[in-house]
Amino acid sequence: MTTAPAATRPARAVAATPSTPQRRSPLSRGDARPAWLFLLPFALFYLAFLIGPTIWMLITSFFNTSTVRSGLGTFAGFANYGEMLSRADFWSSMWHTLQFTIYTTPPLVILAFVFAILTNRIRRGQWFFRLAFFLPYILPSATISLIWVFIFTPGSGLWAAAQSAVGITPGAGVLASPKTAMIGIAIATVWWTLGFNFVLYLAGLQEIPRELYEAAAVDGASNWAQIRYITLPMLGRTTTLVILLQIVASLKIFDQVYLMTSGGPGISTQVALTLIAGTGFTDNRIGAASAASVLLFIVIIVIAIIRQLVDRAAARKEA
Amino acid sequence: MAMTTTTRTRTKSPVSAAAPAASAGRIGASGRTFGIVSAIVLVVFAIIWLIPSVFALKTSLSENGTAALGATSILSTWNPTMHSYAALFQAGDIWNWYLASGVTSVVTAVLTVMFASMAAFALSRLQFRGKNIVFLLIILGIMIPTQILIVPIFQELGAVNLLNTYWSVIFPQVPAVIAVFIFKQFFDGIPRELEEAARIDGAGVWKVYWSVILPLSRPVIAAVTILTFVGVWNNLLLPLFVLANPNLMTIPVGLATVQGSFGQRYADIQAGAILAALPLIILYLIFQRQIVEGVTGSGLKG
Repeated sequence: MTTAPAATRPARAVAATPSTPQRRSPLSRGDARPAWLFLLPFALFYLAFLIGPTIWMLITSFFNTSTVRSGLGTFAGFANYGEMLSRADFWSSMWHTLQFTIYTTPPLVILAFVFAILTNRIRRGQWFFRLAFFLPYILPSATISLIWVFIFTPGSGLWAAAQSAVGITPGAGVLASPKTAMIGIAIATVWWTLGFNFVLYLAGLQEIPRELYEAAAVDGASNWAQIRYITLPMLGRTTTLVILLQIVASLKIFDQVYLMTSGGPGISTQVALTLIAGTGFTDNRIGAASAASVLLFIVIIVIAIIRQLVDRAAARKEA
Repeated sequence: MAMTTTTRTRTKSPVSAAAPAASAGRIGASGRTFGIVSAIVLVVFAIIWLIPSVFALKTSLSENGTAALGATSILSTWNPTMHSYAALFQAGDIWNWYLASGVTSVVTAVLTVMFASMAAFALSRLQFRGKNIVFLLIILGIMIPTQILIVPIFQELGAVNLLNTYWSVIFPQVPAVIAVFIFKQFFDGIPRELEEAARIDGAGVWKVYWSVILPLSRPVIAAVTILTFVGVWNNLLLPLFVLANPNLMTIPVGLATVQGSFGQRYADIQAGAILAALPLIILYLIFQRQIVEGVTGSGLKG
């Protein structure tokens, strides 16, 4: 991430020498007022739509706030948290989120890794593989959900047709059964978001010094050995990043679930955000929804902190 | 935007170029077999990955009657028709949805680029007290997942009577902290002597930002614009709850809301799915490099 500044370092060194206080003073003296004016527009939106709502969420999580009455409502203390932590559907939504993470992370990491290594070896037509693997990632969730719900049509859909072709009797439909609905969502998600990890790995592969492969080839290392002893270890950091990003993304999953199953059948695919939206918008219980949001927030922050620690440890190891 | 430099070296990508060149004559035969096998594996997976899109396209070009009979019927009938697309455009809703998606995505992208680049300019170039605190606050902002704020943002928009307006989709998406980071990193790499020359010529702070820094920042402006556009176009959660008027809905929300009323008209549904994605597919084909680099860059930072 430092290549751009590095390229300009000589230029800046030259500029620094003649930079006498005389020349610096017009640069910094009158800066304070314009600086705040430059920050102001962004700061207003930042406070109004990021910090403000966060604080409001924290406050309302301690009150019986509701959409049907104005104002905060009565003070509830930790009752909303207590309720959420003792509700079976809160824990089942957390479990479904974990389930989704477990289903999606291994294929999203392994397939993206393999596709990236193979694509990187191809000398001509790379654009085609980039298109095939990456394009789904920029499609709207509505598009991918409509496509996959149709593919999973019970009995006559493409999935059922493929099952019949290999001799499996298609059942009631992947999304219709509580046992397999989350698998269906996971399959659609892997197809949709693999491209993101794919380009991250491709970028990681570019950073591996070419000399390593040349030296290995001179020493007679086979292709497999090169991948095993050079590529795999060099991509370790990317893999950690991909896994942590995947976990956070899984915690925030909403679109595919809402569009493909609406959390059903029953509550078998209910996840944290559909529970929050349901509690807030359907049950009109802002306070309880806020408590659930804060709990989710805490989990996400913990993972972000883990990522920082892992990143720092990796940087230290590299240095 | 370090990706700009990395990608340029991609043509001489390490594995593909280095391995065959150095190994020629030594393990040539096994290297070639390996190359062929991996190419075949890759092509097979690429085809698997293309199937859902191609199947959706094929369905959208079928008659509703054919599509209702199922996958085998869709795949075995070759009689392409644009009937479903014509029907959607005639029904009219889709025009409103395109308008809503287009307006909200463009306006959000413009506001985000302006405000984030201004903030980044102050943080990168101007000296003022409290700079470190401001920077720390912005770093904190990157930790907040905006999705969990849907309920308080809904309440807030309701309190100021903005629900059911385009603004309700635009405003909450303007403060993209990652954009400030991307801009700041790019500005930090611009040599200071350029602006110092302008300052000596009497240029004010605004002039330096507008006439020196921004013209040098075209690649990063393009990247942030495109990524914001795609992000807003694809957002479902926010517009789903803040827009209730079908005429104001963005295209993903509109499709999600009416798909039930389509019943068995599967060809129409798939045509709608493709129309929702079409502008992004076109955008990808034009700005492939910027999109891939931007996504990679924000992924590595976010």
